[in-house]
Amino acid sequence: MNQHEDTGLQVAGNTYRSRLIIGSGKYKDFDENLAALKASGAEIITVAIRRVNLGQNADEPSLLEVISPEKYTILPNTAGCYTAEDAVRTCRMAREILEGHKLVKLEVLGDQKTLYPNVTETLKAAEELVKEDFDVMVYTSDDPLVAKRLEEIGCVAVMPLGAPIGSGLGIRNPYNIRLILENANVPIIVDAGVGTASDASIAMELGCDGVLMNTAIAEAKQPVLMASAMQKAVESGRKAFLAGRMPHRLYASASSPIDGSFF
Amino acid sequence: MEVIINGDQHLIDSSNSLMDLLVSLEMTQGQIAVELNGEIIPKSTFEQQQLSDGDKIEIVQAIGGG
Repeated sequence: MNQHEDTGLQVAGNTYRSRLIIGSGKYKDFDENLAALKASGAEIITVAIRRVNLGQNADEPSLLEVISPEKYTILPNTAGCYTAEDAVRTCRMAREILEGHKLVKLEVLGDQKTLYPNVTETLKAAEELVKEDFDVMVYTSDDPLVAKRLEEIGCVAVMPLGAPIGSGLGIRNPYNIRLILENANVPIIVDAGVGTASDASIAMELGCDGVLMNTAIAEAKQPVLMASAMQKAVESGRKAFLAGRMPHRLYASASSPIDGSFF
Repeated sequence: MEVIINGDQHLIDSSNSLMDLLVSLEMTQGQIAVELNGEIIPKSTFEQQQLSDGDKIEIVQAIGGG
């Protein structure tokens, strides 16, 4: 490994080899989810917190029995919350389930059609969660000022959307992501919008510290194959960023020398 | 007495502790969190936690999500 090799994603004092974070929603079953997780190389996986089904068979395995918190970093999210209060409650419950685990993904939504983040409630929840000693990875819009404010509040990672959750529309505003990156002192992770491998590479080539995705893998015709594609896309995007791309030119620049031409 | 568990009404014996209730629901094995009237109840105090008529109990777990 030379000095230009990737040093890994550093979040809340931990280092992860993989810069890809995946979700655990929308999979056919736990086995498919686990196979995708392995193929993706991801070390962090998001989960949702929901009521237990009181009629459920006690012998049926639960998600955490299949995807072990000892092997993977479980990232509980507050998906489905529309108020700061519900998001904070969800994080407290997650901490209890995971026995003191502090890392959470905060997301407070604004409306059901776009699932766009409600920034005012997100800021309020972030302040409370930081006060309660959570390590907050926060989903937000691609507004550079809001991203900076979330960092100032004490979030351990800021995660702007590339496009609406589950839309697969890709990185719609790379210039805003660049503005966010320019001012950031915490990891910036694109969360939401990735549809296929090239979208993940674009996020990484911009200089993002990581990419979080769920639907792009879970809704692929072959989720495990897509998970493997995403692993490579994130890695190659990162390497391309570190390597530093050539400049864009309007006109051609010959690759073969003129000297020594015999014609 | 009547308590509300995950949004549904349940009749339980008034001498039941929270632990008794969880045992009767076969909820003691999994990784869960319990909220009683909006407050998290630590697992270590399930035995001592008494219940009252009208209590609102939420029992949650981790499931698949993005």
